[in-house]
Amino acid sequence: YISYGPDAGKLAVIVDVIDQNRALVDGPCSGVSRKQMNFKALELTSIVMKIPRGLRPGNLRKAWEKQEVQKKWDSTTWAQKIANKKKRAQLTDFDRFKLMKAKQARNRLINVEFGKLRKTVKRPAPRLRKKKSVKK
Amino acid sequence: RVPALYQMKIFAPDKCTAKSRFWYFVSQLKKMKKTQGEILQCKEMYEKHPLVIKNVGIWLRYVSRSGIHNMYREYRDLTSAGAVTQCYRDMGARHRARASTIQIIRVEEVAASKTRRPNIKQFHNSKIRFPLTHRLNRKLHKPRFTTSRPHLTF
Repeated sequence: YISYGPDAGKLAVIVDVIDQNRALVDGPCSGVSRKQMNFKALELTSIVMKIPRGLRPGNLRKAWEKQEVQKKWDSTTWAQKIANKKKRAQLTDFDRFKLMKAKQARNRLINVEFGKLRKTVKRPAPRLRKKKSVKK
Repeated sequence: RVPALYQMKIFAPDKCTAKSRFWYFVSQLKKMKKTQGEILQCKEMYEKHPLVIKNVGIWLRYVSRSGIHNMYREYRDLTSAGAVTQCYRDMGARHRARASTIQIIRVEEVAASKTRRPNIKQFHNSKIRFPLTHRLNRKLHKPRFTTSRPHLTF
């Protein structure tokens, strides 16, 4: 995952390591041309592709599609969080209204259950404390 | 009578500097000055395989505070121009040598088996592994105030 720079937000495969700070990176199915990138701009995902070092772009594309990298990525919570953030940023006022109503409905359900639980709990401690404060 | 024709590979940031360095070197090597000669062509040479990682060996001559030395240095890069840039930065960092005191004698792509420097050889491992430990958060001001701690391990 590329975290900043002109290709920010895209997935790319580390094809080879140039030296301690740079990697040769390629993302044929995500619009990243083969280039060198500093490791500082890269964030490793849990997806590992089984490819030989230095695989050519054409074969890399085939391997990417075969190993269903995009699908694996989309199912991770990381990708889902990003997608949710994006969705939230694009909400219209009507969507926000709908969201508010949905949250209200959910919280009402939760509070009803909470109230039920509260009634079943015994309450010994508070009385003792009150007596003590009166004594002082 | 046909005048002699010389060709040099110069590493320079632009054409102007390149031409200047050409005359600098040529007058050191041959009896020719800018006024006596003519640059027929100054063109940028592009890397043949810019997406293949190479081990570049650079032969250098530089002036230090106490004398003139020759050096052989190695760098890993995609292009020889990139390796030469690395070399200049490296010389400045390690030996405080400014660009004007450095003369690049020879730049050559070296096969992996013939590299001499251990710090280059350590990358000749097809199963190379190293962790990116304790990733720093460089976005201190985006956002400047936040309630969540930054992710340092990935």
